[in-house]
Amino acid sequence: MFVSVSILTLLAVTAIAIARMRDLWAAVMFTGIFSFLGASWMLILDAPDVAFTEAAVGAGISTFLMLGTLALAGKKEKPTTASPIVPLLVVGITGAALVYGTLDMPHFGDPAAPVQTRIEPGFVEKSQHDMHGLPNVVTALLASYRGYDTLGETAVIFTAGIAVLMILRRDPEDCDHRVTQKSASTEKKGRSS
Amino acid sequence: MNSFPIIRVVSKLIIPYILLFGLYVQFHGDFGPGGGFQAGVILASALILYGLVFGLPAVQEVAPPRVIEKLIALGVLIYAGTGIATTLIGRTHDGGQVPANFLDYEALNHDVLHGFLPHGQHLGIFLVEFGVGITVTAVMTMIFYCFAGRSRLFNEKASA
Repeated sequence: MFVSVSILTLLAVTAIAIARMRDLWAAVMFTGIFSFLGASWMLILDAPDVAFTEAAVGAGISTFLMLGTLALAGKKEKPTTASPIVPLLVVGITGAALVYGTLDMPHFGDPAAPVQTRIEPGFVEKSQHDMHGLPNVVTALLASYRGYDTLGETAVIFTAGIAVLMILRRDPEDCDHRVTQKSASTEKKGRSS
Repeated sequence: MNSFPIIRVVSKLIIPYILLFGLYVQFHGDFGPGGGFQAGVILASALILYGLVFGLPAVQEVAPPRVIEKLIALGVLIYAGTGIATTLIGRTHDGGQVPANFLDYEALNHDVLHGFLPHGQHLGIFLVEFGVGITVTAVMTMIFYCFAGRSRLFNEKASA
């Protein structure tokens, strides 16, 4: 209980700090901290798989991508002149709607929650038989019962990767920095000689 | 970042363990938490850390972009290929071979080194998770390569 409350408080504090910050470099670092806190929160909710992903993608890779963007775009936010009232209203109303939406949700760990009652209770035992004793039901669901879905997800990642390559790489050697460096250094040599 | 000896030494110490943890999450995913997606991002973050600290040319000696870009497609091919293999092999039913569904891992049952090599459902899950892991690692690394090359930050560092 104490750990949950402190992590959730820290999440809220970090979010407010990010919103009030004008130094983008620090804000990116704080989003990394936010992701780490999120990963710890997932771990408390017994979802280590999600925690791995959140820590590696949220805190690691996306923080780096944001830093790379900042290196191109500059690290100071432009001062805004527009009035903050309309955005504040929009955010406030959306937040209130989201909170209202959670009001009739079951409490965490509630045994009467639909997720505990509607799925066939024997699923865990059934997967033991179907999978010939493979203990991890989550993996069995992802890779075997829902093998098509996971194939689709993999195809999505593949497509996203190809799309990024198509946008950022105009010529096949654009992303190979050994080649670009070599050509740059030979250019320099050519110029100096 | 070549001028920060503490960062260099610490990341050199940590990177092997990150890689080992990534492999553990990949190949132990059918017993513990984890699987291809998680392992892929962990392995890619190890490569990205290496690239951040030692520069892009150094990491591209280890994982050349030409190889990585092919691995993006290879992972999906392994996954879909497992499915096609199961349809081609078929499953034993009442003593005879009948055609199996796409990604029906029961077709992968075999008796070679029973109890030592994975087979059936276990082998199927192992193969598809392996494919997912390869694709995720390759996509993340490739995005890093293309992104990092565009920013002055890394070009300056590489030339310094």
